[in-house]
Amino acid sequence: MTNSGDCSRASHATYEEGALSRPSEMDGTEREARTRESDGYRAGAWAGLPFAVATLVLGISFGVLARSLGWGIVAPIVFSVIAFSGSAQFAVAAVLGAGGGVAAAIVAAVLLNARFGPMGVAIAPYLKGGRFRRALEGQAVVDASWALASRGGGRFDREFMIGATIPQGVAWIVGTAVGALGGDLIGNPEQLGLDVIFPAFFLVLLAEELRDARTVTVALVAAALALALVPLAPAGVPVIAACVAALIGLRRS
Amino acid sequence: MTTLWIAIVGVALASASIKAAGPVLVGGRELPPRALSVIALLAPALLAALVITETFGEDQHLVLDERAAGVAVAAAALALRAPMLVAVALAAVTTALLRAFV
Repeated sequence: MTNSGDCSRASHATYEEGALSRPSEMDGTEREARTRESDGYRAGAWAGLPFAVATLVLGISFGVLARSLGWGIVAPIVFSVIAFSGSAQFAVAAVLGAGGGVAAAIVAAVLLNARFGPMGVAIAPYLKGGRFRRALEGQAVVDASWALASRGGGRFDREFMIGATIPQGVAWIVGTAVGALGGDLIGNPEQLGLDVIFPAFFLVLLAEELRDARTVTVALVAAALALALVPLAPAGVPVIAACVAALIGLRRS
Repeated sequence: MTTLWIAIVGVALASASIKAAGPVLVGGRELPPRALSVIALLAPALLAALVITETFGEDQHLVLDERAAGVAVAAAALALRAPMLVAVALAAVTTALLRAFV
């Protein structure tokens, strides 16, 4: 499933089976479609659960950090509710904590979240509704859910992604609250090695993406780009720059 | 305190706009085949980069610490066809043990 011809053929096959729901191409009765949809959400939620555990721990660390910076209790919780963006929120804490200004904090957050731009383009054809609803559904894009919902050949499973994001969102907010309220009692979650859960999970998801020589090449080029850029560029830039490796897809195989 | 709230609202708006951009601009259109073949490779590229930055990155430095050992153990476990949760648990245990005893 590497060249473009294969991709479009594969996606057609999937629509015919109705595994990926697009309103114009769904077959069967409305009720069947609904059942399939809620099954998709449920399967996604289960798949997202281990990530929710890791997110909970991360949320607690964020709450503890915010408390240590004197942010109080309400601000970090509101931040987690309206931004729902782990890496960006940690970046803001780092910038403001070091005495940096609002502009620097926002720039850092934008760089870290820039990767959601291409990820949003990728999932766009599978979302539903008008502009507003699509914009809303796009908020469900987080790294783990997006990768879990990837079905190869550029196809995505909308319900699976949204389902996987829900437990992670809840965990992030609850974790932040726990950390902000009871920070001192919890201690340092890093002691338990829980911060390594994210790279380990990303590795698991990566292993599933390595379907052929081309995906392996792309992963190696992206890894090399990221390694080279970490010491040179601000956080977030290495990841978004590594997306350039995907342009290998323009070459005919 | 006001600085903090401006940052919070600003980052929330910026983050929401970035996530909304693709879905709003592309809408429900089918992407052209050439775009699809690039998007098909976006997941391996992004995931590889995230593994690198989350394993070796720290404040614009490359570091080799307990995280790398944990991720290496997870990689070995995956190569031996261990289930995904086992691989991840082994990574966490490895990192925690190294932090506790080394």
